[in-house]
Amino acid sequence: MGELAAFIILSAIALVSAVVVVTSGNIVRSALSLVPTFLGVTGLYILLQAEFVAGIQVLIYAGAITVLILFVIMLTEGGTGLRVRQVNEQVAAGLLATVVLAGLLIGVFLRTDWPRGPGALPQYTAEAIGRTFLTTAVLIFEVTSLLLLVSLIGAIIVARRER
Amino acid sequence: MLLLDWLYVGVFAVVGLAMAALPLAIVWALAPRFPYPQKRLTYESGVVPFGQAWAQFNVRYYLFSLVFVIFDVEVIYLYPWAIVFQALGKFAFVEMLIFLVILLVGLAYAWRKGALEWA
Repeated sequence: MGELAAFIILSAIALVSAVVVVTSGNIVRSALSLVPTFLGVTGLYILLQAEFVAGIQVLIYAGAITVLILFVIMLTEGGTGLRVRQVNEQVAAGLLATVVLAGLLIGVFLRTDWPRGPGALPQYTAEAIGRTFLTTAVLIFEVTSLLLLVSLIGAIIVARRER
Repeated sequence: MLLLDWLYVGVFAVVGLAMAALPLAIVWALAPRFPYPQKRLTYESGVVPFGQAWAQFNVRYYLFSLVFVIFDVEVIYLYPWAIVFQALGKFAFVEMLIFLVILLVGLAYAWRKGALEWA
């Protein structure tokens, strides 16, 4: 019961601010509205007992990614308070496509036979993830740092070329 | 972690929001208002403000925020390691050392390329 109430409240937070993201005439406001959207999704992760993913969602998405998006906007004319329209003359076609997609997804969700017994969850997912990284998934863990290195070097090269 | 434990987080969130909203609400309800143009100026430490608050930022910030995102992701990986590394001993320590050294190469590269400098 409480879980359902929490789900509805968190979904409402995420959905209402997501609507602001795609409708606001001021793109800085759109970017800032991403924060409550991400926080609402964080709450949904917690309801799924994935608290490590929830922590990532707060630190990376609500923190770093939003800052990055804001900086990118502040570099452009959008940062000067320019008002923009987020829709063009293809609103009707877009709406139709969205409704069809939503109907398709809902249909698939309703027809799928979801497993009832998902098995026991570890008490703390962060601990289980750490244990996996340091025992069975060592190679993946180290390759992750290589991936980060590649993206760092790539980001510097791309950003310096633009200047 | 039990789902019920997150109730504390919810209570903290509500109290935190209230602590920000209540002073504003009290001022809105109680304070007398006699606005005139000087009063409506943005506070700039006593200096008369010039230009708009909406301004284009310097492009240099972009590179800093890109580097920040990468190292933010790196730090995320330290959390699960920090919880279990004592139980797993030397191997876990060496493994994280390799992880960090690989990223140290990235930091050295960023430093070398002047990505950390304001110029």
